[in-house]
Amino acid sequence: MTLLSVKNLRVSFDTEAGLVEAVRGVSFSLGRERLGIVGESGSGKTMTGRSVLRLIRPPGRIEAEEMRFDGIDLMRASEKEMRALRGTRIAMVMQDPKYSLNPVMRVGAQLMEGLRQRDGMGKAEARAKAIAALAAVQIRDPERVMEAYPHELSGGMGQRVMIAMMLIPDPDLLIADEPTSALDVTVQAEVLSILDGLVRDRGMGLIFISHDLRLVARFCDRVLVMFKGRVVEELAAKDLMQAKHPYTQGLLNCLPRIGGPREPLPGLDRTAEWAN
Amino acid sequence: MSHSPDAPARPWQFTGPIRKVAGVILSLLATFIGLLLVTFIIARVVPIDPVLTILGDRATEAQIVAERARLGLDEPMWKQFAIYVWQAAQGDFGLSIRSREPVISEIARYFPATLELATIATIFGVALGVPAGVLAATKPGSLSDQLVRLIGLMGYSMPVFWLGLMGLLLFYGVLDWVGGPGRLDAAYDMMLEFELTQYTGMILVDTALNGRWDMFANALSHIILPAGLLGYLSMAYISRMTRSFMMNELGQEYITTARVKGMPERRVIWVHAMRNVMVPLITVIALSFAYLLEGAVLTETIFSWPGIGSYITQALLTNDMPAVLGGTVVVGMVYIGLNMLSDVLYKLVDPRARA
Repeated sequence: MTLLSVKNLRVSFDTEAGLVEAVRGVSFSLGRERLGIVGESGSGKTMTGRSVLRLIRPPGRIEAEEMRFDGIDLMRASEKEMRALRGTRIAMVMQDPKYSLNPVMRVGAQLMEGLRQRDGMGKAEARAKAIAALAAVQIRDPERVMEAYPHELSGGMGQRVMIAMMLIPDPDLLIADEPTSALDVTVQAEVLSILDGLVRDRGMGLIFISHDLRLVARFCDRVLVMFKGRVVEELAAKDLMQAKHPYTQGLLNCLPRIGGPREPLPGLDRTAEWAN
Repeated sequence: MSHSPDAPARPWQFTGPIRKVAGVILSLLATFIGLLLVTFIIARVVPIDPVLTILGDRATEAQIVAERARLGLDEPMWKQFAIYVWQAAQGDFGLSIRSREPVISEIARYFPATLELATIATIFGVALGVPAGVLAATKPGSLSDQLVRLIGLMGYSMPVFWLGLMGLLLFYGVLDWVGGPGRLDAAYDMMLEFELTQYTGMILVDTALNGRWDMFANALSHIILPAGLLGYLSMAYISRMTRSFMMNELGQEYITTARVKGMPERRVIWVHAMRNVMVPLITVIALSFAYLLEGAVLTETIFSWPGIGSYITQALLTNDMPAVLGGTVVVGMVYIGLNMLSDVLYKLVDPRARA
């Protein structure tokens, strides 16, 4: 069953230097599965993710032939309808918890905010739910973390708080935008496995945005490879190593291997006829 | 600074509050003595001989020596300074040359007038400047943004004496909506000393405490124009700063988080962003308040407002050094006090500053 379908999505910014097109005609559809979007910086993967939530700041503009989420036309939905979708049915985990959590609000208040403000839940009940959500991301001392401010948490803890916060309302679709890139390598695996477990258990759709091909291959069912605002290749994760497209092959080849030959890594060929 | 997950959740609670208070008092004392050192040196280097200003230039040599001894000017410098600090600590800044009154009791009369004016002006400035800045920041480039910018620019660039005169001409002279120069109508001014118990020296407060609401209304009609004028200037500054702080916060990632959570824009701006804007804004407001407490000389002159600004200016023009230096110390202390207050408030709104 299709949860999200996107047809010919375009995101453009009308800047003083002229029209900049960050996304140029991206199409994909997604069921309750894990879709990876891979690409280098500036390939438009983040913009694609945020377009689904319609959270592109002006002067950015979103255009699409079709963008539907569970039967709802996201292009025509009012701002109020979008707000109702955000946070309850579509959620997003961002790259760096240092910036994505409000520095002057206690973790607890941020966790409970949705429940209290949107669902009008009482304080005690919201608190219990927030603590349960923290426990679900394997935070050992949730009571204390509730009282902490974001700067008092480590990166891994912060990202777990972020995941807990976004999963509280049990969304149908989670967009994870480089959720482990800002973390130490040692905690990346831990945070990923927590995210993986929760997404699997609750059977939600996942859009996993990353620049790390191998990570995405291990973690997702399907992969979109993006370059300069376009999808250059779409393939099943298990077939990634057999990728046909020269860009995907280039991405794979530029990764160093332990024990591999110590020669300069091949650069990406951006001059070929597909690269414009 | 990130703490390990095993550190206490709020470590600042466990770092001896007594030591903190002691530290604050110590730094306060040091700043105060530094301030006195500056005024002390000024008094010694200006080419105004305190003895001659008191005695006049026809005094005999013997009189001059005697007066020098009376003022303690024959003592060594360090001892003079020690005496100066000791006297200042007791609020003794000497006698005003002009009036032969203690400087401190004159300041006690003039300063409340400025405090009253500056407080109301700052309330105006904050109440209008902050929402205006927020409005401009949320819709950059829009008509309201341009309007806020224009009003701010006018506040920056119009000479205050001109605005004051035009204000008086229009609202007092032509329309008669407000009271004229001075803190009260002449009739009330006479009553002030006899019919009013003066608790604070601020007429609005004192008349209210005395239950003299007729006088209160009259004082209000007098203060509204100068306070509105100074408030306009502080609004121009505060709205511009609010706009830039708010723009900066709205570009932060935690704002996107709040939107992803489905929070309405009103809450995103006024709760999520505003709490962060408050951090730098507190300093801006405190500074603009302190600036007004220095005494707005031009405004005070135009509105015949007996405030600290015109007091110090008059003292300067008549070489009344004790009054000048006493006034300077008081203004300096206001700055020190407001700085401390904004430090405290800063820590209240920003948990990162508490560690």
